Amino acid sequence: MPEARNITIEVLRYDPDGDGPPYLQAFPIEFTDDMSVLQGLQQIKDFQDGSLTFRWSCRMAICGSCGMMIDGTPSLACRSFLRDYLPGPLRVEALAHFPIERDLVVDAGDFMAKLARIKPYIIPKEVKPLSAGEYLQTPEDLERYEQFSHCINCMLCYAACPQYGLDNKWLGPGVTALLHRYNSDSRDGAAGERMQLAHEPEGVWGCTAVGYCSEVCPKAVDPANAVNQNKTKSAVSFFARFLGGE
Amino acid sequence: MGRRTYTRPMDGWWLRNPFFVKYMARELTAVFVVLYALILLVGVMRLAEGRAPFEHWVANLQTGPAIAMHVGLLAVFLYHTLSWFQIMPKTMAPVIVAGMKVPACAITGAGLVASAIASIAVFVAFRMFAA
Repeated sequence: MPEARNITIEVLRYDPDGDGPPYLQAFPIEFTDDMSVLQGLQQIKDFQDGSLTFRWSCRMAICGSCGMMIDGTPSLACRSFLRDYLPGPLRVEALAHFPIERDLVVDAGDFMAKLARIKPYIIPKEVKPLSAGEYLQTPEDLERYEQFSHCINCMLCYAACPQYGLDNKWLGPGVTALLHRYNSDSRDGAAGERMQLAHEPEGVWGCTAVGYCSEVCPKAVDPANAVNQNKTKSAVSFFARFLGGE
Repeated sequence: MGRRTYTRPMDGWWLRNPFFVKYMARELTAVFVVLYALILLVGVMRLAEGRAPFEHWVANLQTGPAIAMHVGLLAVFLYHTLSWFQIMPKTMAPVIVAGMKVPACAITGAGLVASAIASIAVFVAFRMFAA
């Protein structure tokens, strides 16, 4: 049996049915070295306060549900271990820059609406009948977008982006990384349409290259790179108009 | 919907995380780069006016306070250079050499080496010109 230790988790609580602002509540817990912050929160919910509200699903850093601020850093609670925050206390808050719905649950509506706008699916360059077989790609074709396809929509990059916090009209890192992922796919033919969103002032130009989005990404997607590659593309396309280009 | 969500204020956001402090420092150093470019521009204008005005401009830069300013600016510009090349890999399309993506640290390192060589070249050229 692993040895049990103690740590205190301070949770930023928020009750939308009350009339006050969020407040911190401390929960001392016993934990073992193999326990994640998510398991710590589940222990609190099961044994101390059933009203504690948070999102989670897969427990293995693939569903992207349990994003939260842990000691001020956007993190997946399932991927963060309590042992790394000793002696504590560790502070857990809802993802920064999003409106809090309740406790650790944020309103992701803005992110979801932006995601839909970029059409995050392949729109084939040429529509083939099923009988014509697969749309083939070479390993080089895959290399062009693969890294950006690892995005799990966890929104940690939005919580890491102060520009999004200051003005949430900006498309943001994650959605732009997915825009880049589909535009870079050799099977896709809708890059021109998606780039219209990138060209807007609230498109790629909302980014000031803070770069923290790429630091916190649990999947090494490097959204800052996607955004800045598209700044170049957007600028080239702007000047190409004067040269009779697109 | 009638939901009462809570939006947290952004006041003092750049002090919340060391990464943001470094970012703001990088942006601030750019202001000093512009100011020093203006000082150099004045030097070019004095040079166009003739030898005496240019030497007067050089003499002004050799006073105690001007040298102290340069020492301070050197530290600022070194940080600016470092932070500039640290962010560079995030701002460019992937560089593929022999089928492999060049890692970010190699791009940053190459940039720092190139800027060191350029700085030494300018310094040597100016010393030769001044001699």
